[in-house]
Amino acid sequence: MLKDITLGQYFPGNSAIHRMDPRMKIILTLVYIAMLFAVSNPLGLPVAFAVPLAAFLIARIPLGMALKTLKPMIPIVLFTAVLNMFFVDGVVLWQWSFFRITVDGLYFAGMMATRILLLVLGTALLTYTTSPISLTDGIERLLSPLKRIHFPAHELAMMMTIALRFIPTLIEETDKIMSAQKARGADLESGGLIERAKALIPILIPLFVSAFRRAEELALAMECRCYRGGEGRTRMKQLHLGPVDWISAAVMAAGLAAILLINLFVPSVI
Amino acid sequence: MSIIRTEHLTHVYSEGTPFRSAGIEDINLEIERGEMVGVIGHTGSGKSTLIQHLNGLLKPTSGRVFIDGEDIWADPKQIRRFRFKVGLVFQYPEYQLFEETVFKDIAFGPGNMGLAPEEIERRVHDAVQFVGLSPDTLQKSPFELSGGQKRRVAIAGVIAMEPEVLILDEPCAGLDPRGRDQILGQIREYHEERGSTVLIVSHSMEDIAKFAHKVLVMNGAHVFDYDTVDRIFSRADEIEAMGLSIPQITRVFMGLRARGLDVPANVYTVEQGREAFLKAYRAKGGAAGA
Repeated sequence: MLKDITLGQYFPGNSAIHRMDPRMKIILTLVYIAMLFAVSNPLGLPVAFAVPLAAFLIARIPLGMALKTLKPMIPIVLFTAVLNMFFVDGVVLWQWSFFRITVDGLYFAGMMATRILLLVLGTALLTYTTSPISLTDGIERLLSPLKRIHFPAHELAMMMTIALRFIPTLIEETDKIMSAQKARGADLESGGLIERAKALIPILIPLFVSAFRRAEELALAMECRCYRGGEGRTRMKQLHLGPVDWISAAVMAAGLAAILLINLFVPSVI
Repeated sequence: MSIIRTEHLTHVYSEGTPFRSAGIEDINLEIERGEMVGVIGHTGSGKSTLIQHLNGLLKPTSGRVFIDGEDIWADPKQIRRFRFKVGLVFQYPEYQLFEETVFKDIAFGPGNMGLAPEEIERRVHDAVQFVGLSPDTLQKSPFELSGGQKRRVAIAGVIAMEPEVLILDEPCAGLDPRGRDQILGQIREYHEERGSTVLIVSHSMEDIAKFAHKVLVMNGAHVFDYDTVDRIFSRADEIEAMGLSIPQITRVFMGLRARGLDVPANVYTVEQGREAFLKAYRAKGGAAGA
């Protein structure tokens, strides 16, 4: 049952998007987020929509999977939309006691909902096409200028990698311990809140013990291989910015420019 | 009446996804009360899946499990009753210890059964004796014991529930030869004194030949055979073909027979081998004192 939890959503592939430098992907995702919030003219939205759509098509990620990421967002989107709809002043369309819907409200609600959905879609694209390992690699490299102010970029990335690596292991371990305690008659399913919390003790303690044991074993194994942190460490796989990266950057820049131009020069429909 | 019976027991993992795989398929089994059964089969043959059905930790995809003639899933709310009846010791059980003292940890199972404190205390002391721990370990923390001792504490934790069926999944994994002989010896003692049914899952044919009366061989989600040790080893070729080994001494004697020597085929332990060898030697007119 615990195994059904999916963590990370890397969708393996070998498309141009998959092969992009993770650093560029992270930066472009951030630019894209900024772009979404720069859109003030609704005519800019098609541009903002076209960017991730094209990327999804190039990466050959099934659209169904893309929509699946949006599903859990629906309540939040609806909530935001409804709030905007009712609480923005402007030309009143409909009124009932203190509830009123304004044209501006509808406009803002629509813009906000689209922005959030595109935001999720855009960031999902990053995790779909980048394996967790190269993602942390990219983060490490992007943060490395901060090493000058003693920010532990390498250590942070290593911690993230190890944490990701151990999630499935710990889930499996939890499953095993739960089975073992159930075999001894532990009752995990019934009882009130306090009883259920108490019933977790026989699972949590062995889990912590084993997590610490694993941590110690891993630390020892790393030390045996002379691991000493990021200082002077070279990498087997160097990250290179290739043509694909520059082309993507150019496309994103063009998109951003288009949106800014639309904001400035095209009169808004509303 | 048989204590364990399964009817067309099937368990499918990840049903309805591309990862669908049969853990066990159409298992029809009858194990008599008081039997000492060795369960063997290589990784992925369905041993662990099967034993987790016998105490209701896994729910069959189809088919039924009867313990003592009762369908264990007749009332899912009563499933804990069968967990006390069929004690299951997992592989590396020492990783499930959690209490402050050994006593409390062993008492966890009996405590869940809702027994009176005096009864729990008696059972804990009995269990500790069975697994060969000294009573003064009872007040220690389980985390300060050695690996072998922890394993004993964990086994005692299940024995203290006094189950009618005791199932152990690889109870000797990771122990040294002396430790494994001790634990297997204590399990056999427990079996003989209590008369309870015992199932031991093992990779080692040597261990199974030494301790079990009957052998259940699993292969590719199916039961290959369930029979006495003699009859199972008479199919040695088939067993070796599925990647399981038969005891070395058995192979030696089979080789001797193949070379035309008149020695018995059912030799599974070195002691038996010695006897058989001396007998054959004398029959050939060798020195009587040899």
